[in-house]
Amino acid sequence: MESVDVNKNVASPSIAMIKRGLTVGFPIMLGYIPIAITYGVLAKQAGMTLTELTLMSVLVFAGASQFMGANMIALGAGAVEIIIATFVLNFRHFVMSLSFMNRMRPVAMKWKVPLSLGLTDETFAVSSLHTKEAKEEKGFLFYAALTLIAYLSWVMGSFLGGVLGEIIPEALSQSMGIALYAMFIGLLVPSVKKELRVGLIAIIAMLINAICLQFMSSGWAIVAGTVLGGLSGVLLLKEERE
Amino acid sequence: MTILLVIIGMSIVTMVPRVIPAFIVDKLQFKDWVNRWLNAIPYAALGALIFPGVLSVNADKPHIGLIGGLVAIALAYIGLNVIFVVIGAILSVFLLTTL
Repeated sequence: MESVDVNKNVASPSIAMIKRGLTVGFPIMLGYIPIAITYGVLAKQAGMTLTELTLMSVLVFAGASQFMGANMIALGAGAVEIIIATFVLNFRHFVMSLSFMNRMRPVAMKWKVPLSLGLTDETFAVSSLHTKEAKEEKGFLFYAALTLIAYLSWVMGSFLGGVLGEIIPEALSQSMGIALYAMFIGLLVPSVKKELRVGLIAIIAMLINAICLQFMSSGWAIVAGTVLGGLSGVLLLKEERE
Repeated sequence: MTILLVIIGMSIVTMVPRVIPAFIVDKLQFKDWVNRWLNAIPYAALGALIFPGVLSVNADKPHIGLIGGLVAIALAYIGLNVIFVVIGAILSVFLLTTL
């Protein structure tokens, strides 16, 4: 039996890659669904229709920005104001995408573009901790699978939130707020255990973010923490063996 | 109608920064230090995303987010899969808010 299984894997690297992608993407789904439901509930209360709030998830696919957008719509903010705030809050994805695409050099352009469009804090974090697949045959399917499972759970969760409305007890939905933070921690800690310097880079970024928050918006503070904190890696990270 | 315009505008300003790097990395060769910087970005980003944001899980009681985060660290440290780290942290925050 075992030899049959091995042969199957050799015969179909595509399916193996998709399976691996779905496996590492599963925790993102778990983190996204409750947050997306919360977004759906909030957006509905902000006065958006079910179609609008779902369409926003389809076209924007950026959690924090969508929460802010729904909030600002509720407050009656102007369109230009909301769009500029979104740009600021999401500019960190430019830095993340640069880092991710640098890893994706072996992948063809027609895959790089959709993968970059599907980049979120979470898909970036998970993809960046699995870098070897980029060099493997059909590796792009690994990243495509994890991005797609994240995207679909975000869109479906938002829709569900819009339908369910206020059925979900507040204590539970509030407790779900920890989900994405817990996921970030769950991703970071194993890397720190392997290489202590990685933890130092993260702590430097945390401190820079906390300091910058005193005099700039949270969007720019995260950009500053990421860019400047990452610079400490120039000294702290060793050359990578090819 | 305005909401639709807001959504399209938000879509454009979130897509453009994400997609530009896909087009420019092929044209650039980075020095070693730039590669090290870009390789450190995931860890720096995780740090900046975790703290101090985790304290705002319950805006009135920052200790709840802090404890949830510490539970996540402990669960991840003993080697549990991310899924169980997430579930454990949700449970601990749920207990802290309801008790």
